[in-house]
Amino acid sequence: MSRLKPQEEYEKTMAFHFFRWLSGSKDPYVGEVEMKPQKEAEITESTILERMNESQMIRDKIYDVENNKKLILFHKIYVACAILFSIILAGLLLYTVSCLPRIGNAGNPANNEVPERYIEKGLEETGAVNIVTGMILDYRAFDTFGESNVLFIATITVLILLHEKKKKAVKLDDEDDRIYEPKNDVILQASAAILVPVIIIFGIYIILNGHLSPGGGFSGGAVIGAGLILYLNAFGFKKTERMFTEKTYKVVCCVALTFYCLAKSYSFFTGANHLESHIPLGKAGHILSSGLILPLNICVGLVVACTMYTFYVMFRKGDF
Amino acid sequence: MTVFQCILLGFLVVCAISVSFSKNLLNSILIYMSYSLVMSLIWVCLESPDLAITEAAVGAGVTSILFFATLKKIHAIQIEKEKGRDENE
Repeated sequence: MSRLKPQEEYEKTMAFHFFRWLSGSKDPYVGEVEMKPQKEAEITESTILERMNESQMIRDKIYDVENNKKLILFHKIYVACAILFSIILAGLLLYTVSCLPRIGNAGNPANNEVPERYIEKGLEETGAVNIVTGMILDYRAFDTFGESNVLFIATITVLILLHEKKKKAVKLDDEDDRIYEPKNDVILQASAAILVPVIIIFGIYIILNGHLSPGGGFSGGAVIGAGLILYLNAFGFKKTERMFTEKTYKVVCCVALTFYCLAKSYSFFTGANHLESHIPLGKAGHILSSGLILPLNICVGLVVACTMYTFYVMFRKGDF
Repeated sequence: MTVFQCILLGFLVVCAISVSFSKNLLNSILIYMSYSLVMSLIWVCLESPDLAITEAAVGAGVTSILFFATLKKIHAIQIEKEKGRDENE
């Protein structure tokens, strides 16, 4: 059982020393360190003019054409080389195109045994009526996993770039979009009230029927994300923050990606070792069929929908 | 069907060229949106509805909305800004 220690006792522990060193108030080698806020560098008009003059002077010195005859020669050679390089590149590409087999030829490499197997045995092996989904979530599921991870990393990068901490209370009114919200646009709200449920249900339909009809996790997730953005635009941040916060995003994305990783690792492990996977394929054409494809579709859809919505929120106000 | 596809392809070329020649950034985003819409129709004609749904949702929907948000942030949409100020005052 942990109990709060009194201050004097706490100052003797290792943790106190460690956190003091971590926060930089005392360094074991330097001693007491006084923290001073950094002064902001003053930028007056004269310094800006000086800098502009400096860059102009440097440019004049470098491109001193009158005293530097070599420079003119260099420019001529540069232009000639650029044109020559472009012509060579274009010619190379055209030559490569001319070497490609003709479109529609039966003996093309595109018609080799891999797509043949996908088309002939895809339904039997994956249980998915939609061969495209069977391909991307069963044969090529590892690529789709990478795709989801790329989206996740992109969101993290956007979060790092655009995230503003709440401690910065002083904000310019101009920068904060939220002061104009909610606008209470009657037309927008009325149409959104009708459209948003339809859009989100359509997105869920696309995800759940990914293995039966065109669509799948990515497209359905994008549709749901678009619906959420429309809802946000119509009703403002206060309403969406009740159901979707930064924590929701983190939990949903991490759970979905982890499940995807574990499920696919299992099926790759059993597939590589020629073991029985014990996942029933079901009857082709039913909703609950084709083994792991349906849950994987749901995972991808969740990640994509959350990512789209988060992108928009980060662009709008840089915070959840 | 071929004539329809040719018309759509012509639209594509016109959109792609006019995006770069449009002076107003807002206009070029709108043209880019229509480019994505035409592209999704072409995907349907090429018998790949999977891609058509994705193109319509991502290309015409989410990407352009992100562009709009960016334009608002950098104050490239002047009329919108002035209107907002008027309402605020």
